[in-house]
Amino acid sequence: MEIPYTYKPRPDTGLYNAKVGIWLFLASEIMLFGALFSSYILLRVQAPMGQWPTVAGAWPTGLLNIPIGTFNTAVLITSSVTVVLAWAALKMNNFKAFRRYMVVTLVCAFGFLGIKSYEYNEKFTHYELRLKSGEAYTGHIEVNGKHAGFWDFGSIYNLARLEKDQVAEIKFTADPPKPKPGEKHAEGAAHSHEVKTIKREDIAKLDAFILRNHTFFGIYFVITALHGLHVLGGALVLGYFAFPGASMWKRNPEQFANRIEVAGLFWHFVDLVWIFLFPVVYLL
Amino acid sequence: MSEHSQAHGGHGSSADGGHDHHDIAAHVKTYILVFVALLVGTLITVGMYFVHFESMAVTIAVALFIASIKAFLVAGYFMHLLSEKKMIYSMLGITVVFFFALGALTIWSSNDFPKNTEMKALYVP
Repeated sequence: MEIPYTYKPRPDTGLYNAKVGIWLFLASEIMLFGALFSSYILLRVQAPMGQWPTVAGAWPTGLLNIPIGTFNTAVLITSSVTVVLAWAALKMNNFKAFRRYMVVTLVCAFGFLGIKSYEYNEKFTHYELRLKSGEAYTGHIEVNGKHAGFWDFGSIYNLARLEKDQVAEIKFTADPPKPKPGEKHAEGAAHSHEVKTIKREDIAKLDAFILRNHTFFGIYFVITALHGLHVLGGALVLGYFAFPGASMWKRNPEQFANRIEVAGLFWHFVDLVWIFLFPVVYLL
Repeated sequence: MSEHSQAHGGHGSSADGGHDHHDIAAHVKTYILVFVALLVGTLITVGMYFVHFESMAVTIAVALFIASIKAFLVAGYFMHLLSEKKMIYSMLGITVVFFFALGALTIWSSNDFPKNTEMKALYVP
């Protein structure tokens, strides 16, 4: 028995079935990301006013790397246009061009994920330090002469971990102070990159830029990691259609073009989420 | 779109309105234009970050306005929403209503706190 309406439109809706399916799925995705965006707004509005880390709990701004984020946005936009061009190439009966565009899409997808993991690692090795005297800093730490390693989850420290490991003191390099708008260099910037030795008993709080540290990191990692999983999932499906799944092109070109269109719709949605995510988490 | 081309099911016809090669070639031009517009939009968004507006409300409004235009371009052209069938529109219409309802419920709850707690209790690091 043949499955109806895989490529012929259903007379009543005018659509082939997969298209209705993907739009229903995307509707559920809109709600999923919508809930997370609402949570972000709520957490942000509720945060106390002031400059983090001086004010504990205030919303940190300017922590994310804008040039890298901008570049990653361009990468995702490029992959979005190449996937629609791949579909158009199939419609024009040009399989070679289709495969070329799909390869570019896949390179962009994995490039995006690679850049994102670099950004994540920057956060996992960056620390907030609060002293009992009330001073608060951000910067990088050295424990027992070692910096936190690349993707080394075992070397993420907090106060409890220092106590457990019986670390008496750590070395701390504070970030340079941020210049005020209009100033080229902030006051005291010249004294930055000075390595200070901090005694454990003087520390009130020490933690990396990870989920448990602050609601900002909590919501930032949840939304961007969920988005990253969507990129990964989309890339796997597109990769399947670009190579092993492409054999359908010979058997049923219409249905194959529709598959690319539907996978492309998902891909554009992932791009759409990033279009809002980028200004909201990086710039606002 | 003619009945004839659909009956033959050639590569030129599809559920979203029957394109021949010439139509698609015109679409490709649109896709490239949209791509350029999206890149320019991204640069404008980033540029706005370095312009310091007096009020936060203006900053947020500008950022979301540009993002909405980019979203419209992606949804309208890449996702073909500008020439879609009625059923998709009604599905998305319902989604939009629920999307804003969900957001409104979340914001509405922003002044709800458990009994006998003070607001500042939330801010303990």
